[in-house]
Amino acid sequence: MKSYSKLLGLAAPALILMGCSSTGEVVDAPIEEVPAPAVIEQPVTPSITTIPVDPPTFSGTTEVYSGDALDDPDSVLAIRVIYFEYDSSNIRDEFQSVISAHATYLIDNPNAFLVLEGHADERGTREYNMALGERRANSVKNAMLMQGVSAGQLEVVSYGEERPAVMGSDSDSWAQNRRVELRYQGR
Amino acid sequence: MRIITVRLLSVCLYLLISSQAHAVLKIEITQGISSAMPIAVVPFGVEGMESAPVDFAGIIAANLHRSGRFKPLPEKDFLSRPTTASMVRFKEWRMLQAEGLVVGNIRKVKNGYVVQFHLLDVYSGKRLLGYTIPARGKVLRENELRYAAHQISDIIYKELTGKPGAFATQIAYVTSVLAADGKRRYSLFVADSDGENPRAVLTSKWPVMSPSWSPDGQRLAYVSFETERPVIYIQELLTGERKRLQSFKGLNGAPSWSPDGKQLAVVFSRDGNPEIYVYDLARDKLRRLTHNRAIDTEPVWSPDGESIVFTSSRSGGAQLYQIPVAGGRPKRLTFEGDYNSRATFSADGKLLAMVHRERDKYYIAVKDLERGGVRLLSEGGLDESPSFSPNGSMIIYATKNRGKSVLAIVSVDGHVRQRLSQAGDVREPAWSTFKLN
Repeated sequence: MKSYSKLLGLAAPALILMGCSSTGEVVDAPIEEVPAPAVIEQPVTPSITTIPVDPPTFSGTTEVYSGDALDDPDSVLAIRVIYFEYDSSNIRDEFQSVISAHATYLIDNPNAFLVLEGHADERGTREYNMALGERRANSVKNAMLMQGVSAGQLEVVSYGEERPAVMGSDSDSWAQNRRVELRYQGR
Repeated sequence: MRIITVRLLSVCLYLLISSQAHAVLKIEITQGISSAMPIAVVPFGVEGMESAPVDFAGIIAANLHRSGRFKPLPEKDFLSRPTTASMVRFKEWRMLQAEGLVVGNIRKVKNGYVVQFHLLDVYSGKRLLGYTIPARGKVLRENELRYAAHQISDIIYKELTGKPGAFATQIAYVTSVLAADGKRRYSLFVADSDGENPRAVLTSKWPVMSPSWSPDGQRLAYVSFETERPVIYIQELLTGERKRLQSFKGLNGAPSWSPDGKQLAVVFSRDGNPEIYVYDLARDKLRRLTHNRAIDTEPVWSPDGESIVFTSSRSGGAQLYQIPVAGGRPKRLTFEGDYNSRATFSADGKLLAMVHRERDKYYIAVKDLERGGVRLLSEGGLDESPSFSPNGSMIIYATKNRGKSVLAIVSVDGHVRQRLSQAGDVREPAWSTFKLN
């Protein structure tokens, strides 16, 4: 790992203003110190290689092994996004079965780890939307905990309105952006 | 926990150098005032070199024009180009109906430059002031010239309006641009108040948000997702050196500096839901300030340092509350409508700007804390992230224009409007709190 930093010019001395009277003679004027413009130079960070996360390993016998269930496009487990109403973190009825299926999968695969990514639409302020995204992810998490999933298999992270699924400022786009994404770690 | 094995450093984080080319914010004045003062800014004389590296008159005229309070006269109408006060024939300028006149010159000297200018009152034929920058015995370096032009603009503005200017200040903002590889790049920029001289201080594949200036204008606190989790950082602008604050499971966000620069108000949800904390930077210690099951976020320090205003959903919708920094019972500040959030104070503490929702539209609104009453300042839509200029006369905020995020500036009296845009989305403006006078 190589790391270096450099600084371009900077930190200039204070500028000092000197006044003249209106007759043109130089007189003492209020002196004010003014920092020079900051010339900004970033230390260059070496690019860092990503360390791949081990894929989930499944214990148990071959019959119990269910690594494929997540990959089955016909399975309800293929649904990985839960959508929400405006300013709400309540789980809609149509998504109860999706959450149940994932909860069952997690219970059956105690080494699986699921990140619940909460998102909001662009309306309202950004940090408030961070909180809203977290509430949504937490309601999915709580629903799974109720079904017996171990808390150690779940993590919640909110991206607020910062990572919209679709761009656009209309009700369709907003509806697609109010969501929790289910991301199995290592898959 | 498995997820944590995604190493902290396994990040695609691009720290840029300032030479990288970036689009400058383009400024349009969308509304001015009719009583703007006609002023002539004569191109500065040049001594000891072919041409000046910076167009002083151009920068000064553009600054005065943008304020909405001045109408710079076109250069082509000038009958002469005096560069010192003694060369001025006032009659010529009265013919043009100029009220103010600025003349000056820039001299190349050993190791740098010296600038001199004069402001004259055309009607009375008198000189109002004159300065040499810098003081005798010192010189300006080339990278200080643009800043000097903003200082001159501030001096002129103050002399003619009686109020301090805010030209020699900076603006931080966040951009989101679709790169050639089809992925987004998020950058934190710092630019001069006229949008010129933009420098990316951070660029990442992961979102960056909530920039907040330290009171001395030397540091920015912000939230970066570069570890795939929100974490608060403090970055020194001169050196690029960064400090990562303590971070916890859940939200780590909404940093806001205390007026003395020693503490940050922040939000953590480590105890289950978002709460306001005071983070003592020297001792690296935290103190929890709010205790409520609702969302508490977006803290901002009052200028006297005594209290913190924040957004809370404790009454249902988002409203603003105020709590003593020492702790205590929060007092609700806003009752207008069902959504008031992301407050920010004017430097004198008399005004509170916020995001206000009315009939599904989001506006920038200002509440007068002494006299009461909330006024809408923006045209409404998806307006957010208000930030006062350090002299309190303007508010910069983010809005949408034709599907794109742009910045806008409105004077607190609502009379002057500007729009600032560039390639990609621009948002979360923060005006430096640094004050010159």
